[in-house]
Amino acid sequence: MTVPEVDQSAAAEAAPAVGGVLEGVQVSCWFGARKVLEGVDIKMDAGVVTALIGPSGCGKSTFLRTLNRMHELVPIATLAGSVLLDGHDIYGAGLRLTEVRRRIGMVFQKPNPFPAMTIADNVAAGLRLTGRKVRDRDELIETSLRRAGLWNEVRNRLGAPAGGLSGGQQQRLCIARSLAVSPDVLLMDEPCSALDPTSTRRIEETILELKDQVTIVIVTHNMQQAQRVSQHCAFFLAAEDEPGRVVEQGPTEQIFSDPHDPRTADYVNGRFG
Amino acid sequence: MRTTGPEGSVTSDVPEAGPRAEEPRKLEARLTDADRFYRAFVAAGAGTTLVLITLIGLFLLNGAWPALKTSGLSFLTTLTWGPDGEPPKFGVAAMMFGTFVSAAVAMLITVPIAVCTALFINEYAPRAVRRSLTSLVDLMAAIPSLIFAIWGLFFLVPLLAPLEDWAVAQFHGWLPLAEASATGGSLFNAGLIIACMAIPITTSIIREVLAQAPRHECEGALALGGTRWGMISSVILPFGRSGIVGGSMLGLGRALGETLAATLILSIAFEIKPRILENGGITVASGIAIEFRDAQELGLSALMAAGLALFLVTFAINLLAALVVNRKPAGARA
Ligand SMILES: Nc1ncnc2c1ncn2[C@@H]1O[C@H](COP(=O)(O)OP(=O)(O)OP(=O)(O)O)[C@@H](O)[C@H]1O
Ligand SMILES: [Mg+2]
Repeated sequence: MTVPEVDQSAAAEAAPAVGGVLEGVQVSCWFGARKVLEGVDIKMDAGVVTALIGPSGCGKSTFLRTLNRMHELVPIATLAGSVLLDGHDIYGAGLRLTEVRRRIGMVFQKPNPFPAMTIADNVAAGLRLTGRKVRDRDELIETSLRRAGLWNEVRNRLGAPAGGLSGGQQQRLCIARSLAVSPDVLLMDEPCSALDPTSTRRIEETILELKDQVTIVIVTHNMQQAQRVSQHCAFFLAAEDEPGRVVEQGPTEQIFSDPHDPRTADYVNGRFG
Repeated sequence: MRTTGPEGSVTSDVPEAGPRAEEPRKLEARLTDADRFYRAFVAAGAGTTLVLITLIGLFLLNGAWPALKTSGLSFLTTLTWGPDGEPPKFGVAAMMFGTFVSAAVAMLITVPIAVCTALFINEYAPRAVRRSLTSLVDLMAAIPSLIFAIWGLFFLVPLLAPLEDWAVAQFHGWLPLAEASATGGSLFNAGLIIACMAIPITTSIIREVLAQAPRHECEGALALGGTRWGMISSVILPFGRSGIVGGSMLGLGRALGETLAATLILSIAFEIKPRILENGGITVASGIAIEFRDAQELGLSALMAAGLALFLVTFAINLLAALVVNRKPAGARA
């Protein structure tokens, strides 16, 4: 067996050297006639975890979903502005929609593995969906599960249905599934909100391990989590009957220790929201 | 531990447990009166259905008995239908063959069209026309089958005649379809018309089920870079499998029992022939309808026996479908 060779190629395939740079430029969003987001400019750099924080309903999820073209799945949703992946507009004609979504993966708030498929098939589902071939499917499944921190728990039941995993395991399975198609960016919408502290810590560890290979953008309501995992932080706020805006953004440390805007200070110190 | 309860002196309702429970214990629960009432109510409904089906089966068996006694096992193998002749000679072989062939043709046409139409309406059609398409299909499901039969007889069959003649000529001699002297009143055409009748209701049910596919799983598939078809094949179809089988079974039930189309279309012939594009054939339902008026005593009983056979076949097929639906998802790579 030529183990070392296969190892190398699979690892190279699954783990790009560095993630992509994602940039939202003057992004505004509407649901029907209601404008929910206005003029958002955020640059999400490679090798950096960007956290989006803010009170409920201020448009964090909406913004995140514009970043991989999930926003347009809502029938009445529209948007303005542009989103650049390594300098190319993902809403332009140059990039294929499926390619955009493969390169910019997403982990949802509620774990959504394919329940009828086995654990292994779930991880490899993206290959089938994107019509890609790998040299060693089993190797890719193992690598992806390892990177998501799930391998040791499921190595003996890869053939079991994914519906039988716990919530935290399902969420890490979803992360593994996203990693298997080797994305440049990974978007996470409150990935730990349904999880216990242990699973949450596992996922945070995973995020920190991944951040050099994949650009990560995470929405979170947990201020400690934002401080633990992110280096860049954007604070969203929507005044009553007004669209959400980015009030302040900057290095996470500065946002939490020395915010310029009094509203940011109030929010990160738990005084409202 | 409770020493006295509101109902009297319950000394203890905590079961004696060993130091370690080695076996699962028996679970008990006290139902409220409302629960008990609804349970009885629902059970009564289910029981009535079962009793009805049993009664129908017994009635048919009773009526069919004289004929079955006369013919014995030859009832299953005889082609011709002459129960009132001397000696009586009759069997369901030809009728069953015709029923199966026309139903199979109908299902082969119905299921793919129904699934595709359902997927088109749910996933591909512009949202503006989705509602109207749905209503249209539901409306078509309500059209009486007589209308379809007449339309088939006077419009579709003549329209297809040149095509069928051409097909027969092409495959002359090396396909079982071929060598027809005349086309039009064939089992294939009967199946085609039955398919037209079955497509709307089948589509309607399958569409309804597929629309229930969990949206967040669909989004998961799309977020991986999946195409719309990828989402359909990895999420929607696995989710809707039982609904597709169920909807098809309803269509099949209709196909097996469809009387009008077969009676109007078929040139009656009590024979088994694999050349299904050729004129001639008979189904159980149309056979019963046609023979009923002139039937004497034994003839009536023989028709009952044919009905019983159809009843049992339908039952068996539905049972089979239930098994398919309940089979655990294989979960293996598709
Ligand atoms: N599908 C939709 N249709 C109509 N309005 C929507 C839809 N989804 C979101 N909205 C509206 O858009 C606004 C922003 O919602 P969004 O989900 O982005 O908030 P959020 O910041 O993610 O909140 P949370 O922290 O509670 O998840 C809200 O006012 C919400 O009512
Ligand atoms: Mg949200």
